[in-house]
Amino acid sequence: MIRYALTRLALLLLGLFVASALIFLTLRVLPGDVAQLIAGVNATPEQIAAIRESLGLNEPLLSQYGAWLGGILTGNLGSSQLTGTPVIDELLQKAEVTIPLGLLALTIALLVALPFGVLSALRRGRPDGTALSVGAQAVAAVPVVWAGMMLVIVFAVWLGWLPAQGFPRAGWDEPGLALRSLLLPAITIGVIEGAMLMRFVRSATLQAVGQDYVRTAAAKGLTRTQALLRHGLPNVGLSIITVLGLQVAGIIVGAVVIEQLFGLPGIGRMLVADVGNRDLPKVQGELLVLTGFVLLVGFVVDLAHRLIDPRQREAE
Amino acid sequence: MTTLRRAQGPEDDPSTSSGTETSSGTETSSGTETSSGTETSSGTGTSSGTGTSSGNGTTRLAWLSRLWALSTGRFGILVVAVIGLVALVALLWLPFDPQRVDIGARWAPPGWPHVLGTDNSGRDILSLLMAGARTTVWVALGAGLVATLIGILLAALGALTARWVRESVAVAVDILIAFPVLLIAMMISAVWGGSLWVVILSVGIGFGVNIARVTRPELRRVLHSDFVLAGRASGLTPVQNLWRHLLPNVAPVFIVQLSWGMAVAVLAEAGLSYLGFGAPSTEPSWGLLLKELQAYITVYPLSVVWPGLAITLTVLGLNLLGDALREATDPTLTRRASAAQTHQPAVIA
Repeated sequence: MIRYALTRLALLLLGLFVASALIFLTLRVLPGDVAQLIAGVNATPEQIAAIRESLGLNEPLLSQYGAWLGGILTGNLGSSQLTGTPVIDELLQKAEVTIPLGLLALTIALLVALPFGVLSALRRGRPDGTALSVGAQAVAAVPVVWAGMMLVIVFAVWLGWLPAQGFPRAGWDEPGLALRSLLLPAITIGVIEGAMLMRFVRSATLQAVGQDYVRTAAAKGLTRTQALLRHGLPNVGLSIITVLGLQVAGIIVGAVVIEQLFGLPGIGRMLVADVGNRDLPKVQGELLVLTGFVLLVGFVVDLAHRLIDPRQREAE
Repeated sequence: MTTLRRAQGPEDDPSTSSGTETSSGTETSSGTETSSGTETSSGTGTSSGTGTSSGNGTTRLAWLSRLWALSTGRFGILVVAVIGLVALVALLWLPFDPQRVDIGARWAPPGWPHVLGTDNSGRDILSLLMAGARTTVWVALGAGLVATLIGILLAALGALTARWVRESVAVAVDILIAFPVLLIAMMISAVWGGSLWVVILSVGIGFGVNIARVTRPELRRVLHSDFVLAGRASGLTPVQNLWRHLLPNVAPVFIVQLSWGMAVAVLAEAGLSYLGFGAPSTEPSWGLLLKELQAYITVYPLSVVWPGLAITLTVLGLNLLGDALREATDPTLTRRASAAQTHQPAVIA
């Protein structure tokens, strides 16, 4: 286990390193003068030169990269080109919206996927089971933006139950309002992610149904459902953990779009704005944090899977 | 001598000690259906073994009829065909100029002559949707092509190179796969500005890596099979071997992934165009239309319904086509349908 953990940790660090190098190179080496971009079309050559100087673009690439990496290791992700605010401060502030949104979306996804996935597997071949899988396929094909708009039309415009836009200025000092404004966005992401997760749950359940231990338990006098719930479900849970990393990546991507739609002041909307403004130092920091987070979740998921699954432990 | 030694090298691999016989057996049988294309194109050559040469026509038909026999396959084929047809028609003819502003005809309700009504500047929504299908098909095909090229390149690197290169490529693919396509697209947009090219490139890269990851086990299995070894021993160069034996055998997995990848491309185009990093405002696009209509959803909710339905239908068609293709090309997969092989469009869009 320790050996596996160390190997996996090395892969994580390598991944973070590769990610940082890729992000840095893409933003620097792709044809296109960064200083020119930032300065705008009407800038004089002197202005561009000044920006080059202030960004350190005249230094060799390697030392630029080294400076960035060194900064990261000491907790400094760089600062905004436009406002001068440190990236890390703004990220932490926006995370107050995005992290609760992500957790809420993940909870909803699990609440949708687990019962309906198991049910659609148990009712396979029957009309309701087929309807459930067809429904999951259809929902999984819906673009997040559009799903959000439809939910706004129904729940905000017609029924008036939930706000269509925005986040309270006071933030979490008004917990009720804040939660209410996150609810529709989280439902949008959660239901679509849940529909995708449901297919995993379904196929994992179907696999469990065919396993010897479930059949044996059924032969010992449990009903098929009892046998499945007691012996099959732990295995279903395991296979869900392995796709959790993908789910998190999906939720991050969903948050980028949905924060834009609902006007939520989160990390996703900040990234969209910064890409639009060509605030490259900031984009660089934000992309690294987001991909780093996805890699980190993958690492934790792999370790958890090892720890939980006794078969994998014995295989050592 | 060197080729022989290299050919035998992987045999030491414990993972392929037993079961090679049986697996290569099923391989040839499942490879038969899809290798028929290459059979005709690359002429005779050394075919993958016994029975491949007989009945190319019937096996191809069997494969297609199996696809058509699946209700998902029928639905997928029909939807993809309809979208493709609409895009083709839109190249030649549209009911109205999709960008023509007609203030007098603002927010016309669905009816005649504006079948689906008009938007805030009097543009005909049906024409915008048809022209948007053009954009969608173009992005999906472009992304599919880029993904294919990258997938083949990575497959070649994984199959033909020395062990250390192969292993580093594998690690690199494992790392790259963690990058969500939307983030890749935004990274490129930060430098180049948004465009459909950025969408095509980023989805192509993201899905090419994905294809490489999914086809890897298959490729490794085929790499150790008898007919590949025989091909090497009979003097085929590694590249010839790749074209004649390796790629045709991973083609089923490849095509299935491609179908799902195009679904992702459609979603990514819509998402990125909505965010302002995809289609420019002069280019009709379903995602862009959603963005433009967003401000009016409280007053004219019906107008937003159409572009969203178009996207959903296209994505659903491509997803189901991929599912059906998987079932039709490899019947054994349905029983061992593992969670790992169910796809995940969300990661990307």
